[in-house]
Amino acid sequence: MSTATTAPAAKPAEGLFSKKNRKLITDPLNDNNPITVQVLGICSALAITVKVQNAVVMALSVLAVVVVGNMVISALRNLIPGRIRIIAQLVIAAGLVTLVDIVLKAYVYDVSKQVGVYVGLIITNCILMGRYEAFAMGNKVWPSALDGLGNSLGYAWILVVVGIVRELTGSGSVMGLRIIPESWYATEGGFYFNNNMMILPPMALIIVGIIIWIQRSRNTKLIEQA
Amino acid sequence: MKALRNLVDSVKPNFAKGGKLEKLHWVFDGLETFLFTPGHATEKGAHIRDGIDLKRTMSIVITAMIPCLLFGMWNVGHQHYLAIGELTALGDGFWEKFLFGAIKVLPIVVVSYGVGLGIEFLFTTIKGHPIQEGYLVSGMLIPLVMPVDTPLWMVAVGSAFAVVIGKEVFGGTGMNVLNVALTARAFLFFAYPTMMSGDKVWVNTSLEPGQAVVDGYSGATSLGHAAAGNVASVVPMMDSFWGFEAGSIGETSAFACLIGAAILIITGIGSWRIMLAVLLGGVTMSAIFNAVGPSLGNEYMQIPVLHQLMLGSFMFGLVFMATDPVTAAQTENGKWIYGFLIGVMAMLIRVVNPAYPEGMMLAILFMNVMAPTIDHFVVQSNIKRRLKRATLQTA
Repeated sequence: MSTATTAPAAKPAEGLFSKKNRKLITDPLNDNNPITVQVLGICSALAITVKVQNAVVMALSVLAVVVVGNMVISALRNLIPGRIRIIAQLVIAAGLVTLVDIVLKAYVYDVSKQVGVYVGLIITNCILMGRYEAFAMGNKVWPSALDGLGNSLGYAWILVVVGIVRELTGSGSVMGLRIIPESWYATEGGFYFNNNMMILPPMALIIVGIIIWIQRSRNTKLIEQA
Repeated sequence: MKALRNLVDSVKPNFAKGGKLEKLHWVFDGLETFLFTPGHATEKGAHIRDGIDLKRTMSIVITAMIPCLLFGMWNVGHQHYLAIGELTALGDGFWEKFLFGAIKVLPIVVVSYGVGLGIEFLFTTIKGHPIQEGYLVSGMLIPLVMPVDTPLWMVAVGSAFAVVIGKEVFGGTGMNVLNVALTARAFLFFAYPTMMSGDKVWVNTSLEPGQAVVDGYSGATSLGHAAAGNVASVVPMMDSFWGFEAGSIGETSAFACLIGAAILIITGIGSWRIMLAVLLGGVTMSAIFNAVGPSLGNEYMQIPVLHQLMLGSFMFGLVFMATDPVTAAQTENGKWIYGFLIGVMAMLIRVVNPAYPEGMMLAILFMNVMAPTIDHFVVQSNIKRRLKRATLQTA
């Protein structure tokens, strides 16, 4: 992790959306994207992106956990003893994940059944602990919230793009809306078949790889010097 | 010849640096060197140049594949007429069968080459490097490993995937980890299983008015029958040797593959070590099956060794896929291990795993991935052995 993580705490006089604070949000979208540059949170990007809807739910859940968690940990940062900080962060993360899981079950039960175990597994998402440990422990509440927001948005757009590609080619729809007409399918007398490979996780990895490829060809400073 | 040379020379300046079509320089270069041996003179480094370069190598491999292609065309027609119950004898209607097959097979070849070379040209122009002619062989292998009824758009998707993800992302020809043609096939196999496996796709049964599929006809391949527990329906050994059975376009005839093998071995293009090692692996594994089959009561395991070798794509994979010089093991000892394990695994998947009637594709792809590891250990053991022999101790 790079520049964003070592930014000193904002001075009191600094505006809410000063240049530095804006950078906290925009940086993870491209230059320091948690998935394509830091290569964190890959597992959920592979597991949950068969349907766009699941990807969106997952992204929102992670967003809630990272933003709120970042704020809580930032508020408590001077009270948490250094030696047990990881376990303290873990407790907060676990509490938030449980909350998110309960909220999903209460309000969107169908979706909750589909994303099922993966919501519980948010706690293993490296982006969480990465942001808590690397940013929230050393920064004030407001920049921490922005940092959490930026990173989860960076995570979210990759998830949604992968989800769109996989759902479109694997099921012929996007967000449940049919894009490829029924009449095209071979079973209906047409010529088209869904691509089953897209449903399988390996293809998600290849799609993430292609996104990284495109990103690096446009953003050449990401290319490592040999 | 002279006229062609003059024509090439007359348009050449357009593609040179500063010319109108400078961007297409490498495309032009590729076509020119395809037609004529390039007139490079040695400037530095090695002073002895073999006249054979990558393009010539590839041409020989393609020549070796032609028996498979021609036989495949005839067999497509033969299987079709068998299915509709006309011209059922082998000798009947040679030209009808051949023409029928050619009409079905040639579009697949054209699409495979069109899409694959199109992408190669695109990358050549964008990256500004010489055309990499590796696709000449892959483009011919892809049609040969497809079922005849594969829709053309699937061939296009598979070829595009194989060239971009299988080859270009690794750095192009000579850098790929997986065999390109098998990448295309594996992609289509997992993406569109209904069109790449089962018993409906191997034989073209499109009917004209007045025709009907004969009663009780099944389009399954021999291995499909065997995997379904119907070992009695496996074709006799000589039929599978000559290739009179259903299957992917170019792989049914062991005889045609052997002609290809002879060409590859005599010209020194294909590694006889790998071929022999794959053969040994297959023989070993099916001999083991033969030995334990009776006590397990498994009919499939009791198919004679020689017959097992002739069935399915074993011979085709052995001759054309396993020997791919880029993806195979590079060390001489490594080649034995690599080939032997391909043979063993192909038979193992074929006979034991009910999900995959044929194991050659997966066995070769798996060993492609393993090849660098094998080479590493071979090289390391060689270093160790030589160090032991050394009398001068290094600290």
